[in-house]
Amino acid sequence: MVHGDSDRVLLSHGAGGRVMTDLIEKVFLASYGAHGSTGDDSAVLDVALGQIAFTTDSFVVDPIFFPGGDIGRLAVCGTVNDLLTAASKPAALSVSFIIEEGLEMRALEAVAASIQDAASEANVRIVTGDTKVVPRGSADKVFITTAGVGIVLRPGVSGSAAKPGDKVILTGSAGDHGTAVMLARENLLDNESVLSDVAPLTDIVLALLEAGCRVHAMRDPTRGGIAASLNEIARQSGVCIEIDEMAVPVKPAVAAACEALGLDVLQVANEGKMLIVVSPDDADRSLEIVHGRRYGEDARIIGEVRAAPRSRVQMRTAFGTSRILDMPAGELLPRIC
Amino acid sequence: MCLAVPMRLTQIDGVLAVAEVSSVTRKVRIDLLPDLAVGDFVLIHAGLAISKIDEREAEETLALLKELTDEV
Amino acid sequence: MRFSDEFRDAKIVQSIAERLRNSACKSATIMEVCGTHTMSAARFGLKSLLPEGVRLVSGPGCPVCVTAPNDIDAFLALGSVPGAILVSFGDMLRVPGSSTSLERERAAGADVRIVYSPLDAVEIAANEPDKQIVFFGVGFETTMPAVAISIVSAAERNLANFTVFCVHKTMPAALRALLAGGEVKVSGLLLPGHVTTIIGADAYDFIAKEFSVPCAVTGFEPVDMMLGVESILKQRAEGVAKIDNVYARAVSPQANPRAGRLFDKVFEPCDADWRGIGVIPASGIRIRDGYSAFDARKRFAEVIEAVPIAPISECLCGDVLRGAMRPVDCPQFGAACTPSDPVGPCMVSSEGACAAAYRYGGD
Repeated sequence: MVHGDSDRVLLSHGAGGRVMTDLIEKVFLASYGAHGSTGDDSAVLDVALGQIAFTTDSFVVDPIFFPGGDIGRLAVCGTVNDLLTAASKPAALSVSFIIEEGLEMRALEAVAASIQDAASEANVRIVTGDTKVVPRGSADKVFITTAGVGIVLRPGVSGSAAKPGDKVILTGSAGDHGTAVMLARENLLDNESVLSDVAPLTDIVLALLEAGCRVHAMRDPTRGGIAASLNEIARQSGVCIEIDEMAVPVKPAVAAACEALGLDVLQVANEGKMLIVVSPDDADRSLEIVHGRRYGEDARIIGEVRAAPRSRVQMRTAFGTSRILDMPAGELLPRIC
Repeated sequence: MCLAVPMRLTQIDGVLAVAEVSSVTRKVRIDLLPDLAVGDFVLIHAGLAISKIDEREAEETLALLKELTDEV
Repeated sequence: MRFSDEFRDAKIVQSIAERLRNSACKSATIMEVCGTHTMSAARFGLKSLLPEGVRLVSGPGCPVCVTAPNDIDAFLALGSVPGAILVSFGDMLRVPGSSTSLERERAAGADVRIVYSPLDAVEIAANEPDKQIVFFGVGFETTMPAVAISIVSAAERNLANFTVFCVHKTMPAALRALLAGGEVKVSGLLLPGHVTTIIGADAYDFIAKEFSVPCAVTGFEPVDMMLGVESILKQRAEGVAKIDNVYARAVSPQANPRAGRLFDKVFEPCDADWRGIGVIPASGIRIRDGYSAFDARKRFAEVIEAVPIAPISECLCGDVLRGAMRPVDCPQFGAACTPSDPVGPCMVSSEGACAAAYRYGGD
């Protein structure tokens, strides 16, 4: 009925009646299933006693389809990766939609299919959600809000737990997602090869935990790039993090685009990388494990933690000089000066 | 000011051209520079080619610098 | 990236640093007159490669930083013109005028678009004939040709809805004023390599002849900047003052003739108000009468006239821009004035001396 009736999302689709039920069944449930869905307003999960990691996120990316991914994949991976930073095994996600009236049904179906693919890859269930439709102009195509729960496998992994001497691993190239999206959204440069790196890092993180690597902190750099995440950890843990600029992997096309636009690639978002702060004795082993997993092939040890100066991130350049890697100020803007 | 990036011309059509660096491309204008050919390297600023890179000059400078470096 | 990466070679940079240490000239204050040089030096940490007695200071070469608050206020006021789309380079988005900025006006409802090229602004005008596109013409001679081409293109396409709010400034006049003012004592100048691709190295001959200040036309990669410093120290040691082109792969002695013809066609010199410095005669440009249909100052004269004069601010950017004060010496640096809450343009502009010092820990 959904397909026959409208090729666009209508306000009725969010009105709580039969039209909405049809939408949910034919687009959402058909895609990523109703695992454990009883048709109730809450999903009830069976979990072993212990610690639960709980996170929430909103996704408003524009455009909603970009090279390398889309808002649906982003929603699942972003939430899953956040849960992983707490050393938890992602268990269940909620996915809620605010849809702009007039969005093409095809687009919504594609997003739902993408959510299914991502959830399946990440081995996580979508157990509940919500659907609202707002009048044309009140939202930009579609906004997605998620929440996620995970079972903590190892307590105490936190941005505040980095210790002097720890090594910092970055699981792959910096700045891919932000560059891909900026190029797709704005008329700045033409892009033939920069892809978003949006990906779930479940395999990598679970492998590290299983191997008993002494991971102290993890962060998946998103907006603000690795500069923001490193600063957050440095501040939370009251330590200094020193990065070797030459060790940070950057894809040539990403580097070129950032140079041309005057952007600092270290401040540009990722969506499929993890910063892992690990005990020095486990650093090499951890790197090997990450290398052996999908999405970790380009991992490098990019730096280490020192005691001082506290709450600071420093970077050693190719010339052996040092500069501060500061928290990004605000919106990423292309420069000509 | 000003940010300008060396890019290689891959297409030329009158005052319009396509410039490329590491597979990132941009339509640019080349009004300021006569006698450009596909394959030339130019400095691109705000969508305009402002100078053609003298490749021989660049290579000579680098060669000299490398020589001096090795002497140290 | 070809012709970029090779000029970032660490061994070459370090060998030049070694040569600097062995230079006969042991102390010098070198002013770089280009915001992009400020950024480069900070980004690559070049200052710590310089010998003890050699200091690098930033001059008024950040066109964003030297745009007068009155001019920013006037441009922002144009946001109230019905159907206006304010188009700008990203650099200007967060720069404060007297009380607000493009970013804040956007939040308050103004239609603000960021572009990489002024030609993109012309496309916006072509695609939105019911709107009034006003482009913020900021930048030095490097950027002026692109803006001139945009105006000519708009004229050829008979666009009735495209104007430029021109606050472009020119380098040689500013340098003359800086040196003639006598307040700034420098051992040498690193001249802006990309401006010079347009105006030619000979444009600076007066600096050597009238002021006996050694100059080096310098590129922006680490190797380029080190070569620039090396040239100044060598000139000092030899007691000479000339315009040494150390960016020969991109810069010639002569000006670009086509750029010159474009300028003659579209622009004419005028006095310009430099933030923190004041009015410098013949250091700016305005749009010629022949293209007055594309001059925002003419089309929107009433709106602009109604903008109140900007009050004197506590901002000391001017002193920093003239090289008379280091960022860290400004009482507001890092306290009242930070990148997320800037008082003046030196902190807002990513290439401003203060932003660079704050971000990279300079000086």
